Amino acid sequence: METTETLKNKVAIVGAADTEVGVVPNLSATQLYVKAAKLALEDAGITKADIDGLVTCTSFVEPFMYHAEMIAEYMQIFPRYCMTVPSGGGTTLAIMHHAASAIATGLCHTVLITMADSQVSGLSRDKAIEAMAQAGHPQFERPYGPPIPAFYAMLARAHQHAYGTTDAQRAAVAVACRKHASLNPAAQMRKPITIDDVINSRLIADPLHLLDCSLVSDGGAAIVMTSAERARDFRKRPVYLLGTGEGHSHEHISQALSLTTSAAKEAGERAYAMAGLTPKDIDVAELYDCFTPVVIIELEDLGFCAKGEGGSFVEGGRIELGGELPINTHGGLLSHCHPGHPGSLFSVTEATRQLRGECGVRQVAGAQIALVHGQGGIMSTHCTAILGSERV
Amino acid sequence: MAEKIAKPIPEPTLETRPYWEGCRNHELRIQRCAACGNYQFFPRIYCVKCFGERVEWIKASGRATVLSFTIVRRPVSPAFKDDLPYVVAIVTLEEGPTMMTNIVGCAPERVAIGMPVEVAFEDRTDEISIPMFRPAGEATS
Repeated sequence: METTETLKNKVAIVGAADTEVGVVPNLSATQLYVKAAKLALEDAGITKADIDGLVTCTSFVEPFMYHAEMIAEYMQIFPRYCMTVPSGGGTTLAIMHHAASAIATGLCHTVLITMADSQVSGLSRDKAIEAMAQAGHPQFERPYGPPIPAFYAMLARAHQHAYGTTDAQRAAVAVACRKHASLNPAAQMRKPITIDDVINSRLIADPLHLLDCSLVSDGGAAIVMTSAERARDFRKRPVYLLGTGEGHSHEHISQALSLTTSAAKEAGERAYAMAGLTPKDIDVAELYDCFTPVVIIELEDLGFCAKGEGGSFVEGGRIELGGELPINTHGGLLSHCHPGHPGSLFSVTEATRQLRGECGVRQVAGAQIALVHGQGGIMSTHCTAILGSERV
Repeated sequence: MAEKIAKPIPEPTLETRPYWEGCRNHELRIQRCAACGNYQFFPRIYCVKCFGERVEWIKASGRATVLSFTIVRRPVSPAFKDDLPYVVAIVTLEEGPTMMTNIVGCAPERVAIGMPVEVAFEDRTDEISIPMFRPAGEATS
């Protein structure tokens, strides 16, 4: 595949942190953004004056027309590069892509990426669900009353019909994430679950059960990125961006050209091509898991198995710690937390900790290369990033 | 008694008004390119295939097959609570384009991928009728 740019080895993550997550009634959405920022700056060992780029996603709960500018004003920082990116769950990695491009082209040298929201405490669970359903087209989808799980349930049903994927296979994804969350004191849901627990949880939108669905949470995460040259001077070992790529196939699911293959395929191919790596090189994968069938489709589209084999791939502990490809080692959106747009930034902070060897009992032994994937809309916007503890 | 919360009522735009006018007359309309013959839905100013300007509204056959579906058990808003459980589906029209819809006129458990269906309109207001689909070839109850 033709590569039209290369950011390989040029940029690194030098700071990464999460706020407390789950139900955080004592902090507003904006406060969560700024607390995540402060923690990431501390992790990097720098001050806010050292930042000359800022990228944010907007907040459902406390939206502003120029969100990044509002956060800069709130923090009293005066960046030369300031941008808000809205592409749902794909936002995080698209933002990293933009930030890395800005650093590589000299638009700025050190970028703070911060994201948060307060979907439980600031919005209430019912309001959050209703707000997210605004994703449907106002004239051609919303009149039919589809909640968000219904969109993904149709993908699950199509995959099941085409490839024989089962309830138990989807459940194995939820079980793996919960197992990892049980090892993560920061996770929102930590009590281990079984495949039967998932299958016996109540149906939300056939064939998806309650435990096939991600959480509704408060929380924030932030990272600091800088050039690979500057990265050596920070407090902790840098984590390098080896490859990144995006794929965009539609906005509305009823317009998708395929319900079983996503633009994760293009995003992944572009990221692998930039890094010069293949799926076999990946030690740990942090995949977007808003609903369990999404992980199965991503594993296929990102080349970890053939199309249609995602269901059997996730069985038998292969995606659990100690397995062939541990995924979502923090617990993912299914069990760690899901505050909305920021969702996959927690995947990035976790991948950073894994590559630094900071994960304790949930450490993937010898992890050197991590893949992170985010998707937003309804399998609409995709971005993949491949991170490494060393340059390749 | 609490006031009933209304289901979403589409607001036709300059671009979509012919579609909704068709629906009001219980006629499902999509667009066809006079140059290359491509059918399209959602409505657009140009043909998505050849990007030509000669897109025309035509009456669709109203026949379709179920591409995928789900049975909703937890409603998106209280407005849909009385309909539970209800079927949200994506259907492939005979002409090719896909659209989201509800499958009505049969038990949710009867719906299957590949099932032939035909359009049936729900009059949501005096001005707005919503195209839904029911099993093909079955008399209206």
